[in-house]
Amino acid sequence: MLKLKGLTKRYATGDLALNNIDLEVPSGQVLALIGPSGAGKSTLIRCVNRLVEPTSGTIELDSKDISNARGGRLRQARRQIGMIFQNYALVERLSVMENVLSGRLAYVGFWRSYFRKFPESDIKQAFELLERVGLETMLDKRGDALSGGQKQRVGIARALMQNPKLLLVDEPTASLDPKTSRQIMRLICELCQEQNLATIINIHDVALAQQFVHRVVGLRAGEIVYDGAPDGLSPEILTTIYGEEDWSVDKRDDEEETSKPKEQDVEAALLGGHP
Amino acid sequence: MPIKIVNDTPIWQRREPLQQRLIWFGYFLALMLFLLCWKIISDNTIWEFLSDAHIQAASLIGRMIPPDWSITGSLLLPLWDTLNIATVGTALGVLIAFPLAFLAARNTSPHPSLRAFALAIIVSSRSINALIWAILLVTIVGPGLLAGMIAIALRSIGFVGKLLYEAIEEIHPTPVEAVSSTGAGRMQVLAYSVLPQIMPAFAGITVYRWDINIRESTVLGLVGAGGIGLQMNAAINNLAWGQVATVFVLIFATVIFSEWVSAKVRHAVI
Amino acid sequence: MSQSPQLLEPRLLAAKSGSWRPKPKISNASLRWGLNAAVLVYLVLLYFSVDINWSRVAQGMDRGLAFMGSFLTPDFISRGGEIAIGLRESLTMTFAATVIGILLAIPVGLGAARNIAPTPVYFFCRAIIALSRTFQEIIIAILFVAMFGFGPLAGVVTLAFATIGFMAKLLAEDIEDAQRDPMEAVRATGASWLQWINYAVQPQVMPRLIGLSLYRLDINFRESAVIGIVGAGGIGATLNTSINRYDYDTSAAVLLVIIGIVLMSEYLSGYVRKWTA
Repeated sequence: MLKLKGLTKRYATGDLALNNIDLEVPSGQVLALIGPSGAGKSTLIRCVNRLVEPTSGTIELDSKDISNARGGRLRQARRQIGMIFQNYALVERLSVMENVLSGRLAYVGFWRSYFRKFPESDIKQAFELLERVGLETMLDKRGDALSGGQKQRVGIARALMQNPKLLLVDEPTASLDPKTSRQIMRLICELCQEQNLATIINIHDVALAQQFVHRVVGLRAGEIVYDGAPDGLSPEILTTIYGEEDWSVDKRDDEEETSKPKEQDVEAALLGGHP
Repeated sequence: MPIKIVNDTPIWQRREPLQQRLIWFGYFLALMLFLLCWKIISDNTIWEFLSDAHIQAASLIGRMIPPDWSITGSLLLPLWDTLNIATVGTALGVLIAFPLAFLAARNTSPHPSLRAFALAIIVSSRSINALIWAILLVTIVGPGLLAGMIAIALRSIGFVGKLLYEAIEEIHPTPVEAVSSTGAGRMQVLAYSVLPQIMPAFAGITVYRWDINIRESTVLGLVGAGGIGLQMNAAINNLAWGQVATVFVLIFATVIFSEWVSAKVRHAVI
Repeated sequence: MSQSPQLLEPRLLAAKSGSWRPKPKISNASLRWGLNAAVLVYLVLLYFSVDINWSRVAQGMDRGLAFMGSFLTPDFISRGGEIAIGLRESLTMTFAATVIGILLAIPVGLGAARNIAPTPVYFFCRAIIALSRTFQEIIIAILFVAMFGFGPLAGVVTLAFATIGFMAKLLAEDIEDAQRDPMEAVRATGASWLQWINYAVQPQVMPRLIGLSLYRLDINFRESAVIGIVGAGGIGATLNTSINRYDYDTSAAVLLVIIGIVLMSEYLSGYVRKWTA
């Protein structure tokens, strides 16, 4: 479904965010992109729908090269790519229904969208999606009247309104509590299965990713350092992705924390300051 | 904190000596400049005229009280004209300022050269008072309401345009990203992600400018651009200060009314 | 949550079957229709009461084009002397009036701040502010010209008077918004009233006061171009004469000078604000 070849992004500041990435995602596969902050996860998915312009390399969607598409062709491509954001990115002063319907903008003309005259089928679909994410009674609520989890559900419905073939998900749970995070992840993965979407999810929470996804790609400093099954993530591999850290779950790092202040005390004492 | 040692006693000073001297020097320069300005003004003033200024003032006020209420009826139509000048002028100005603001805002401008062009219009419009536009327009389109309306519109473009493009530059960028990522067209992105975010600011700015325009349109008649200012001008030329006082009272009441309306509307939209 | 299910249900069912319209912005139907009707009535009244002489407008179009064209060929030279004198007078009036206005606005502003002024003083100062803000500079200029005669002195007094209202109002609001704790703390040291103002209030309002002063300097310059029309001196008189002579090239030159100075002062005040912040 999605094929990236030699994708490279160098920002104007000179930072190399992505270095020669090759990646292929088939339909129906949910792929988690993990890696430390600044590894290029966000840049990668924003390059796919060209919110960020890649420096070189090609992006093939459905075996069509979209890396140089402009104007109408770019919008045509973006229409097939749904995106879900970390901060929900709802238009807060519009109602839930309007936010969901904004997923159809590429299918209707300007004046129809301006006067909110969407086709009957679109409204039906929007209502079904709202039912699916459990928010149908909220359709007239304004975006800023919702809780974080509800906003993310609206964001999901908006992305699916596009009838996408590919779904890009940027840190969907970073601003949510653990329980809501799990619900949102489950919902995204179920919907991807139902609609047979290729999906890339940027995610920080490795444990959460392992629980839901089919495939994990580890990114470090703009390069792929791991590509395989979720349960293949051994402590050694996590170390190559994230750097040195104690990856065992049950061991607490209390000792480290208590020893640190002591060191500082010693230092302070040596410098003649007060402890 | 600079501390100076004088005879073995530390003396605290608020600023470094050099900095302190620079500040004093700045004050000195400002004082000199002020005295120079005052000298120029004084040279151009005939001070003998001032000796009876207090008598002039007293007689002026004396003739203003009581106001000549008999003309109130004939002032109502000019007052209505004034209201129309302000309202239509604001509407015209806003209509032009609205697209201009999108051209002038860094994040929505299609091209840097268009941005420079829009900013040039905004600053020109802001620099020149409605009354000056009115003088010009009276020579072009003739005296009357139309000159006043266009004058008000021309002055409003800069004011509304500037505040609005600043509001556009302050919007949250993520909804814009989200709507763009659906494949929406350029105008759709503006209508769905930018417009809802700036709407309250836009309504507030418009009403605020309308309120200012009511005040400004009361004096446009002085140069022949219609409204109650015409009657004021006539009364002043006839030295009928009682009538002038009536006009003042009406202007005062109108301004209070427009301030009340504008406060109400701004309260409702925010 | 506030909506009862009975009210919600029809909209939900309609949406389910594919018809949905956004809710109107004003939920009260009679208020909404009332406002619409009021706007309509106003437009009708406007149409019938505004009387425009279109043939006169058509006649003026040539002159309008000539004026716009003269912005491309401004004439700074042939009336250069008058422009220079007018500009000098405007600038001196602006500076002198701003200084005097701000010096007088400070006590008025202190008196108009509810949190530090006794009630009678408060009302007196607020009355001064209201008087100064209601009337346009040009009206005040007419009165002062009647009192002091033609010339820049009337202009200076006018601009200073307008500055008092503007600055005192904003200063008073700023003082009312100032933090209370430092004010109480300094008062608790037994400081005198002036010491209290100097140590607790002044540091809190000073940066904004400087910014506003620069802004007012800018406004006063723009206004100085207007009050010349009624004989209060400055570049406005030059401009007025040139327009009445249909000497648009000179008018364009004067307008460009005004725009240039306003632009310059905007850049300058940007720098000063960065520097004092």
